[in-house]
Amino acid sequence: MAIEQQAATHAVPVARRRRLRGETAAEALVRLSGISVIIFVVLVFVFLAREGIPAFFEVEVGNLLGTRWYPTVGRYGLLPLVTGSLLVTAGAVLISVPLGLAAAIYMHELAPAWLREILKPLIEILAGIPSVVLGFLGMIAVAPLLREHLNMPTGLSAFAGSVMLAYMALPTIISVSDDAIDAVPRSYRDASLALGANHWQTVCHAVVPAARSGIVVAVMLGIGRAIGETMAVLMVTGNAARMPDGLSALFQPVRTMTATIAAEMGEVANGSVHYHVLFAIGIVLFLITFLVNLLASVLMLRRGTRRDQLLE
Amino acid sequence: MSRGTKQKLAFALLTAAAVVVVVPVLLVAGYIIWRGAGAISLEFLLSAPRHGLREGGIFPAAIGTVILTLGTAIVALPLGVGAAIYLSEYARDDLLTRLIRMAIINLAGIPSVVYGLFGLGLFVLFLRCGTSILAGSLTLGLLTLPVVISTAEEAIRAVPQSFRVVSVSLGGTKWQTIRHLVLPNALPGIITGVILGLERAAGETAPILFTVAAVYLPRLPRSVFDQTMALPYHLFVISTQVPGMPMTLQFGTALVLLAFVLSLNAAATIIRSHFRRRRSW
Repeated sequence: MAIEQQAATHAVPVARRRRLRGETAAEALVRLSGISVIIFVVLVFVFLAREGIPAFFEVEVGNLLGTRWYPTVGRYGLLPLVTGSLLVTAGAVLISVPLGLAAAIYMHELAPAWLREILKPLIEILAGIPSVVLGFLGMIAVAPLLREHLNMPTGLSAFAGSVMLAYMALPTIISVSDDAIDAVPRSYRDASLALGANHWQTVCHAVVPAARSGIVVAVMLGIGRAIGETMAVLMVTGNAARMPDGLSALFQPVRTMTATIAAEMGEVANGSVHYHVLFAIGIVLFLITFLVNLLASVLMLRRGTRRDQLLE
Repeated sequence: MSRGTKQKLAFALLTAAAVVVVVPVLLVAGYIIWRGAGAISLEFLLSAPRHGLREGGIFPAAIGTVILTLGTAIVALPLGVGAAIYLSEYARDDLLTRLIRMAIINLAGIPSVVYGLFGLGLFVLFLRCGTSILAGSLTLGLLTLPVVISTAEEAIRAVPQSFRVVSVSLGGTKWQTIRHLVLPNALPGIITGVILGLERAAGETAPILFTVAAVYLPRLPRSVFDQTMALPYHLFVISTQVPGMPMTLQFGTALVLLAFVLSLNAAATIIRSHFRRRRSW
């Protein structure tokens, strides 16, 4: 009895002390997971740099800036890869921005509620299709179509890559534009309609201009998505590392930075010059997407849009 | 052209754009089901590939993808939810918080193949995990982290402030409040977010190319230090590297991968709508 009482009187402070200790431990753990995100970004950069920076000492700058990518004979010209990425991305943007914006306007302004409930999940499905599946279909179905109708030797081309990338960027572009349009105050619409403008004039001259900055964010995010895409591009662009010569290059095979890394990293010896150069390409990609996303996030935070759209 | 005609024309174009966006999605799904359904059999699902991948099934690759998906969850779930709790419950509006937010956005924008390089540099080589399930899961976990954090944070923030006030007024500490009130109420949203992250991880190929994927490994992995086959990489290999590969097997593999990924998506949608309806606040 006496012992039990003693135990009981001790139990309270011990429990409270434990609880307080648990409290600080929990907070510390949670804070650490928050900080870990910063650490990971730093780690990504450090390890890309660690494996990639040596390339800039092993290969002359003139060689890296050259137009010939033939690693087997020591030619590490990155220009065809960079221009290849830019070409495919530009094509994707030209297709996906008008298409995505128009689809977003349609869903927001014209589609009845029941249709919207069907369209939204379909676009989510599009976002969920793995890029290797799209690449597979691109090889099997899209490239042969292009070959027949555009009179190309194989159909595997920058354009095929642009089409694939356009569809992969569409969900982002549509969802961000949709929210930008949604954020336009009702009064803009009312004012335009009250002045006698019809629905289309209102959309075209009041709503879309007011949503402009959000649409720019959508485009930026689409670009970021497209330039970093790997598998679909690797499978449908034909992978010829050559300098684009004018507009016709869109219908010829190209090789992007991402595809080069994916295709060649498996075959190089760790620590070789080729290996270091592939990491250097990774650094270039990291910096490009970092800048694009930084710009998008600055624009977005200024507008105060939902942050999580950057993450989709 | 009168403005009425202009409007009609413009609306017709907008409708056409929506059709051009959506119809290919249906075509893609329909085409894969149509060409792939013939390949699906118990033998296809439960046996290993044979004869230079040209015969047999996808069992080791399917299991590998399931294992990697679980591994990804084990990495991303605690870190992601922890970071989300920090951001929504503890973080002040200071430099650290802004840095964390910038880091999340940046992490979300890193191309998947760059994650692959990072995983190779840090986990495979520097930490000497080798090409292994461990390295692959860590890489995919990091890739998934931004999605998990943002959706979990949104779910936690959606729990009404009054819940917290009541708990604290009853003598609950901050952590008790989070553990016994906030997290249980945010759980459906958190689960939805995690599944959406896993959906992306399960379909990724580029990050596993150099960190875990094996071209051909007919047995199941024995430990986290083993390599494994995985469905996305398997599809890549059989559709680009194997001449004379039967089309049925390619479409069958694509179908299984697509079905796995989309069922994760469906699960997330169902959980979200189920709990949204049941929620009393």
